[in-house]
Amino acid sequence: MTVSIRALLGACAVGAICTAAAAETTITVATVNNGDMVRMQGLMDDFYAKHPDIKVEWVTLEENVLRQNVTTDIATGGGQYDVITIGTYEVPIWGKQGWLESLNDMPADFDVDDLLPPIRGGLTVDGNLYASPFYGESSFVNYRKDLAEKAGITIPDAPTWDDIKAAAAAMTDQANGIYGICLRGKAGWGENMAFLTTMANSYGARWFDENWVPQFDQPEWKAVMTDYVEMLTKYGPPGASNNGYNENLTLSLQGKCAMRMDATVSAGALTDPKQSEFADKVGFALAPDAGLGKRANWLWAWSLAIPASSDAKDAAKTFINWATNKDYIALVASKEGWGAAPPGTRTSLYSNPDYAALPFAKMTIDSINAADPTNPTVKPVPYTGVQFVAIPEFAGLATSVGEIFSAALAGQKSVDDALAEAQALALDEMTASGYIK
Amino acid sequence: MARAVSPRRKFLTTLAAWSVALIIFFPVLWMILTSFKTEVSAVASPPQLFTADWTLENYAEVWARSDYPRFFWNSVVISVGSTLLGLVIAIPSAWAMAFVPGKRTKDLLMWMLSTKMMPAVAVMIPLYLIFLWTGLIDTKIGLVIALMLMNLPIIIWMLYTYFKEIPGEILEAARMDGASLWNEILYVLTPMAIPGIASTMLLNIILAWNEAFWTIVLTTTKAAPLSAFIASFSAPQGLFYAKLSAASAMAIMPILILGWFSQKQLVRGLTFGAVK
Repeated sequence: MTVSIRALLGACAVGAICTAAAAETTITVATVNNGDMVRMQGLMDDFYAKHPDIKVEWVTLEENVLRQNVTTDIATGGGQYDVITIGTYEVPIWGKQGWLESLNDMPADFDVDDLLPPIRGGLTVDGNLYASPFYGESSFVNYRKDLAEKAGITIPDAPTWDDIKAAAAAMTDQANGIYGICLRGKAGWGENMAFLTTMANSYGARWFDENWVPQFDQPEWKAVMTDYVEMLTKYGPPGASNNGYNENLTLSLQGKCAMRMDATVSAGALTDPKQSEFADKVGFALAPDAGLGKRANWLWAWSLAIPASSDAKDAAKTFINWATNKDYIALVASKEGWGAAPPGTRTSLYSNPDYAALPFAKMTIDSINAADPTNPTVKPVPYTGVQFVAIPEFAGLATSVGEIFSAALAGQKSVDDALAEAQALALDEMTASGYIK
Repeated sequence: MARAVSPRRKFLTTLAAWSVALIIFFPVLWMILTSFKTEVSAVASPPQLFTADWTLENYAEVWARSDYPRFFWNSVVISVGSTLLGLVIAIPSAWAMAFVPGKRTKDLLMWMLSTKMMPAVAVMIPLYLIFLWTGLIDTKIGLVIALMLMNLPIIIWMLYTYFKEIPGEILEAARMDGASLWNEILYVLTPMAIPGIASTMLLNIILAWNEAFWTIVLTTTKAAPLSAFIASFSAPQGLFYAKLSAASAMAIMPILILGWFSQKQLVRGLTFGAVK
């Protein structure tokens, strides 16, 4: 009898364990390796305390590999990933394809209206929010205040391209390894073409006219490329055509870039005394304009989305709500200070006096608010996206054009030849893709 | 009679050999040195071979952030498993091609080798779909099969070359003595070809260990080997070279040690049949 009762109790215990295990949902989160994502993985105890029924498994991959794997998985309906980290470029394209789950039904505490309007606009297609921003960024100018002072110049908070060119000339001291300006030169749609597209926006240039005809043969692009090549050739670091985000950030941390235009997300590193000995000498300004009403600042957000093929959508939404909620930002701030809070996603962050006191907070929010993905250019265009054109063909086309422009910067071809080559290439691609009838 | 080599010639040849070896090894050396630098030192401009602030912090962080033993175990299972499975298929195949060749054997060998010339990405979607339908995605057995198929032409080619060196008369004698086909392969051919089989095995373990396309495309969390472990330390924004180097060093070290201790077999395997 005793044995029977013990057996029964044992069976019950095993059953309970099995039931508990069966109730646990495992979600796979695909992400990139950057500081904010790594920090989130370190704070998972908070998530597990609140949601013991959900287990999270991470797949961290290099950005391009992540895109390839996630695209393959979604296109084939694989269902390997429940939450994916994607950029502002992919969201409108994948959303339109029906590859992403709508996040319109997130719980009330998600507070969708708190999302920064430009970021939210970039992640919304036909009224559906397809991704929730984990961190957002724009681009701005960072410069060494001590070098500006030494050169006897003042860089305005909202400079023009003429201000930038004059400042670059004044601060360049190549004999001492100080370069007046550092800009992205490495070929790639997310590297030199991200910068050049925003510069083109401010110069009144555009990728395509209303009929999708490429515009590289127009005088605005000639002005963009002439100034870009001239600035980097005269005042830039050697080998500028090989420099991307990381290379220019490194030069800035070493104090070798007197001025640099790049992502606002680098402000944290630039003002961190552990990473830069010039942390207390760095100043910030908005991306420049050419007096045409558009500044050369971009808009990007790494966001969390749910593939339509996921079989754990509810658990995935619970995770996204935790990771992109106001409470998560407060959690990061409580553990690591406000400087470590993921920037550029929520209005409430910038109305917080502790965060607003940070030296880069105001310039970051002003830069983000100055970007309009639905109206990015001076002249009308048929596309959305600030530093990209939200069509599937863009990544390949812009990478090819980026290689041509990088070669022009390296002196391997003239600006005129590079623009003519880019025009011919884009015309072929747009015709072959059916945009031009 | 061996020709006398002058000390000067010997010195120059040795110097040239060491120079070539150093050039080939330099990227690995750079990676190992970088793994002990801080992130800022790792990207110093101009680049510095040595630094004043050596650190083990990158290894500590990589170890803390990732489940290295799981990735390592997956690499061991996948590389050894795919090689053993490949040998099971390749030994009888190479026996048939070496000792009972048909009219089209040479064409068959060339066709098998030609599959290695096709870019892997060309079959990515079909293979992904097959794995999806058969439930092999993110499984070790799936990767064992994929890598075995990928390396099978090389295994068969290498074994074929070894088997061709074994006189057919020995096998005929075994047959005359009443050995069955199975006994002939297992008890006569295989023991004689053990050095060749060992070097084939070693080379294929190394190839499978270093494979970094299918092992990343076909895995997510459960079966991901060290190639995926390395890929997780590349960053789109921010400094990452030192940690990436530490992760790479941790990934290649086991196979480097294996290669070091078995270099005699490997060199023999790679040069077998080169001089006749």
